[in-house]
Amino acid sequence: MTVFDPATAADPAVAAAAATERILADTLHGTDRGVVVDSPPGAGKSTLVVRAARELAAAGHPLMVIAQTNAQVDDLVLRLAEKDPELPVGRLHSNDPDPYDKALDALANVRKSAKAADLAGLDVVISTAAKWAHVQGVGPWSHAIVDEAYQMRSDALLAVAGLFDRALFVGDPGQLDPFSVVGADQWAGLSYDPSASAVSTLLAHNPELPQHRLPVSWRLPASAAPLVSAAFYPYTPFRSGTGHGDRKLSFGAASDGSAHDRVLDEAAESGWGLLELPARHTPRTDPEAVRAVARVVRRILDRGGVATSTADADPAPVTADRVAVGTAHRDQAAAVRAALAELGVSEVTVDTANRLQGREFDITVILHPLSGRPDATAFHLETGRLCVLTSRHRHACVVVCRAGVGELLDEHPSTEPVQLGVAVKFPDGWEANHAVLARLAEHRVSLTP
Amino acid sequence: MSLISTLARLEAVESGRARPLTTVRHRHLSEHPLVLVPLTTAGEAGAPLGALVGTDPERPRLLTVAQPRDRELRFAFLAELAEAVLPHLDGYADDIELVERNETDPATGKRVKAQAELCADAPQLIVPGRAAIDFVRLLGRSMRFRRTSEQDPETPYPAPPHVPLLGRWLTHYGERARVPGSSLLLAATDLLNRHWATGQSSLEDQHLGALLAWIDPPDGGSGAEAALRAELGRDARGQLLVPPAGPATDPAFDNRLLAPAVEAYDRVRLALAAAGEGAEADGWLGQLSLAEREIRRLLRTQLEPTWHAVWRSLELLNELPEGPRATERWTRDRWSFTAHRDRVRAGEPPQPRRDDAVTAARKLAARESAQTQLDAQEALDDPLVLAGRRLSGEAFTGEVIEVTMAWSESKRPAPRPLLVLRTDDRPHLGEGVKVYRSLDGRPQTAEFVRHEADDLLVLRLTDRMGRAKDPAEGTVPVKGDRLAWTLFEHDQRGGPRLPEPEETPWTHGGPPGTDAEAPDPVTPEDIL
Repeated sequence: MTVFDPATAADPAVAAAAATERILADTLHGTDRGVVVDSPPGAGKSTLVVRAARELAAAGHPLMVIAQTNAQVDDLVLRLAEKDPELPVGRLHSNDPDPYDKALDALANVRKSAKAADLAGLDVVISTAAKWAHVQGVGPWSHAIVDEAYQMRSDALLAVAGLFDRALFVGDPGQLDPFSVVGADQWAGLSYDPSASAVSTLLAHNPELPQHRLPVSWRLPASAAPLVSAAFYPYTPFRSGTGHGDRKLSFGAASDGSAHDRVLDEAAESGWGLLELPARHTPRTDPEAVRAVARVVRRILDRGGVATSTADADPAPVTADRVAVGTAHRDQAAAVRAALAELGVSEVTVDTANRLQGREFDITVILHPLSGRPDATAFHLETGRLCVLTSRHRHACVVVCRAGVGELLDEHPSTEPVQLGVAVKFPDGWEANHAVLARLAEHRVSLTP
Repeated sequence: MSLISTLARLEAVESGRARPLTTVRHRHLSEHPLVLVPLTTAGEAGAPLGALVGTDPERPRLLTVAQPRDRELRFAFLAELAEAVLPHLDGYADDIELVERNETDPATGKRVKAQAELCADAPQLIVPGRAAIDFVRLLGRSMRFRRTSEQDPETPYPAPPHVPLLGRWLTHYGERARVPGSSLLLAATDLLNRHWATGQSSLEDQHLGALLAWIDPPDGGSGAEAALRAELGRDARGQLLVPPAGPATDPAFDNRLLAPAVEAYDRVRLALAAAGEGAEADGWLGQLSLAEREIRRLLRTQLEPTWHAVWRSLELLNELPEGPRATERWTRDRWSFTAHRDRVRAGEPPQPRRDDAVTAARKLAARESAQTQLDAQEALDDPLVLAGRRLSGEAFTGEVIEVTMAWSESKRPAPRPLLVLRTDDRPHLGEGVKVYRSLDGRPQTAEFVRHEADDLLVLRLTDRMGRAKDPAEGTVPVKGDRLAWTLFEHDQRGGPRLPEPEETPWTHGGPPGTDAEAPDPVTPEDIL
């Protein structure tokens, strides 16, 4: 008997469907208490969660869904209602004012409450890990789905794991690891290190659990998937669901010859663009780089970007809500927002890598985490940060950066202490950064402010 | 590093003197701290070499180990350390006050008021640097599982009485030191670095001598030059003018002075063992005492400069007034001390080698909330710290220009007054962003409504105005008030509700074993 390998199947849709079937078979009919699914960026994780939720509900299993943020919870509720308007869904929320998206009020089958007891008996109950942690005296649920499980901390799972018998854990191992504002080295290497990710603790204690992965990224274009896969997922490669030439990005207005326009044309053509400023050590909110980011965004909107997603889709305009700016720090995001406001742009999402996780845009403009820095700290080298920033786009990604990052990397090899018992993460940030830089160098446009 | 501390460092470089980072002292300092300056043996983890310990700067107690690899001598050292430390700890254990606190009744699960003992003060332990805190932890780990012959008559190498107890206390202090803002066990370098910025790298800031030189240069000269001398200056025999604060010693000292002295001591010991009874043995005994005295003298030269540096640091820090919230935090240290006193008195076993999953998660949650609270409290206690947060857009101060009464639109309208503030700060505000100010020591919340002009912003107060339709007296600012607002919360909500350790779920390996931990096995390395 030949084993069907979805990763090498000719048609990406067939490969993805086969992987999904196996995951659902294990979730619905398997004997293990947990199933882990690794999903690269844009591989249909949310679609999988919605489908698994509906099938579990249809099979008569009471289901709780654990997501990490309120935005993720609301998004899941809306997706579920869109697929199955009849499905009784409970939205467990906090006692804060405006605890959930107002759009939920329009859904007839969604009941909302701050008390889990009010929602008992509904087919699906959805909330954040933080809220679930305070639920007492209700349940246990026979099944749970844990979304963004790699971004969930082990201690958060510890607080909720008593609420369910079995669970499907879904997440992206390449994104930012959870973190703690205080040192947790004392527990490094323990299987239940509270600051590690929920999945690493789960698998350390239950190594026999079935692990799957989704093999196709539907978001990333053919120009980006190979780089992101090679740089951030070297041992679990994935590919794009679309081929070269399926995605098209063009601009209504011609280039004015400026570096900003030239980098946009380069990115439209190749999927990547590097707008390089002269080497210099700068404060975090490098005014020249921030202005360059804002200017590029302004030009995307001014020049009337038009994007075509698949060969047979209609071209759609790239509006402000389809563009995002990504930074490493919050003050940088604030500086970019201020610079954009000066140029009269307000609808564009500007946020840090942490907050852009799980989101998708047509074009992203990112301020390189190492741009203008005199040193490369573990924070700035973290693989997940660069991975999030370079994998949010459907069409093109423009990176704004000071020259000299390559030399900076070479001067700062990783010097983190090696902890016994901690799985070494591959690739390290140093290597991933070099891989991305090497690719970006092919699409460089220099800017002299 | 924040912009303001970068500026302070640049100013320090320019002036050659450390610059203050604070206007108050953010850690509680005891009136009678116990200072401990330990030294360790190179190449032998956890083998103490010597220590100065005491509460009187003029009269430290010198403890030394002539041959650090001899476990008999090591135990003698530890017993002596226990003699120096434990009475000091005990001195605080019985001076108590009775405090009412909320407890959960185990029978009914209800919250009830209960009287609890709280030690009126707690003993504070000060060491020179972070490495010494690690060493305290290591000593605690190496001692707390030892057995005395009283505990276990069969044990092949019984520890002197009190040594396991000292191990438990040092472990408790070492663990408490990981809680942000705690003051039971503090490092002098951490204290100085919190309150002053120097013009050297943060790595060099871990060198107590160099750090102190920047803050308090001898004869009022250049701090930068004094620091360089403290770091690198050597005498004609190649010895450092300012020995390192330890616990590691300078290799030049080890090789040229200490090693020959220990070798001489070993030779005399061998000769003494080989000698029979009588006059010959007496002669060697005298020699042995001389050799030992030489080692003590050498170690004193390494320990004394650090001893004085720690006390000088405390003097400098005591010149700053203590922040009001630092005193509040010290109460938690007193609780921590009291709780461990109770555990010891109840005959509980020593702290386990490793935390179980639930304990680890609880500690992490407690420390994270302590960190959030510390960051907020330091800013609220100190305008200079607040200035740093204002510069980074996380806080702002402003004058109230106008107050307009308004009410919420509900059946029972609650007061929601609008404030117009004038500020020159540039906080990162967006619609609906919450801001907090301190009202009688408790946070009052407002939300950002809009910018009226570049320097004018409108806030809506949302809580702490009482239950009536009109706000309670003094809860709403009036025109002309200058207020500080923060975008960060002053306190963190409780973390996740965690299960009891015996209910640890399957994802975390199930409940931990309940057997008491066996003492450390004796390995060949233990017996030299």
